[in-house]
Amino acid sequence: MKSSVSIEIVMLLAGLLFVLGIAGVIIRKNIIFILLSVEVMLNAAGLAFVAAGSRWAQPDGQVMFIFILAMAAAEVSIGLALILQIYHQHKSLDIDKLKEMKG
Amino acid sequence: MDVVFYITAFVTVISTIMVITRHNPVHALLYLIISLLSISVIFFLLGAPFAALLEIIIYAGAIMVLFIFVIMLLNLGKETAKQEKEWLKPKIWIGPAILSAILFVEFFYLINIAHATSYNLQTVDPKAVAVSLFRPYLIGVELAAMLLMAGVVGAAHIGQHKKMILHRFLKEEDPS
Repeated sequence: MKSSVSIEIVMLLAGLLFVLGIAGVIIRKNIIFILLSVEVMLNAAGLAFVAAGSRWAQPDGQVMFIFILAMAAAEVSIGLALILQIYHQHKSLDIDKLKEMKG
Repeated sequence: MDVVFYITAFVTVISTIMVITRHNPVHALLYLIISLLSISVIFFLLGAPFAALLEIIIYAGAIMVLFIFVIMLLNLGKETAKQEKEWLKPKIWIGPAILSAILFVEFFYLINIAHATSYNLQTVDPKAVAVSLFRPYLIGVELAAMLLMAGVVGAAHIGQHKKMILHRFLKEEDPS
C-alpha cells in the first residue's frame, strides 16, 4: 500500500487544510467553532510533518506528529475548560458579546 | 495508488470546508471526524501506519469525545445555529473568497511548473518510531509529559472554581 504521489501535492494539501483552518478561525463567531478550526490547523501541521518524514523514510516526522498530538490534547482540555467557564459566567459563546475582556 | 490519494484528499478538503461552514456544532463535529479519518488514510498511504492509528484513536476517539461532552453540557441548539447563519451571509465573504481563489490558482500553477519528481515511499514502522522517540527525542517526551501534566492541572483548576466565582459575583452584585 504505497503511494507514489509527489511531496509537493501532499504539502499542497497540508497548506490547503491550514488555510481552511485559518478561514474558520476568522469567519466564525462561536468559540467552539474557532477551537475546531484550530484543530484543523494542527492536523494540517501534523500532515506536513508526516509527509516530510516519509519522504526521506525517517521516523522523525511521526515523532513530531506525536508531540503535536500531545500538545493538541492539552490545548483542547484547557480550551474546553475555558469555554465552560465563559459560558457559565456570560451565558453566551459569541465573541462579539465577550468584548469586555478587551483582548 | 495515486487515484486513492487524490480521492482521499478531495474528501478531506470537502469535509473540512463543511466543518467551517456548518451552523450546528454537532454537524461540524461529524464532518471533522470524517476529515480526521481521511487524513488517517493519507497517513497510511504515505507509509506511516503508526501515525494513522494514533490519528484515529486519539483525535477521532478521545479529543472529539471531549468536544461532544462540552457541546452536550452547554446544550447549544437553535440559537447558536441561527446566530451563525445570520453571520455567514454569502455577500459578506464572496469577494475575498474569489480574490484568494485567484491567488490559490496562481500558487498551484507555480508549484506545478517546478520539477515535481515522484518518488517511492518507504514504510516507517512503529519500531523505528519508538526507537527514535525514546532515544534522541527522550527530552521531548519528558517535556510533553510536563505539558500534559500542566494541562490536567490547569483544566482541573479552571473547571473547579466556576461556581465559586459565579457565586461571588452574584454576591457582589446583590447589595449594590
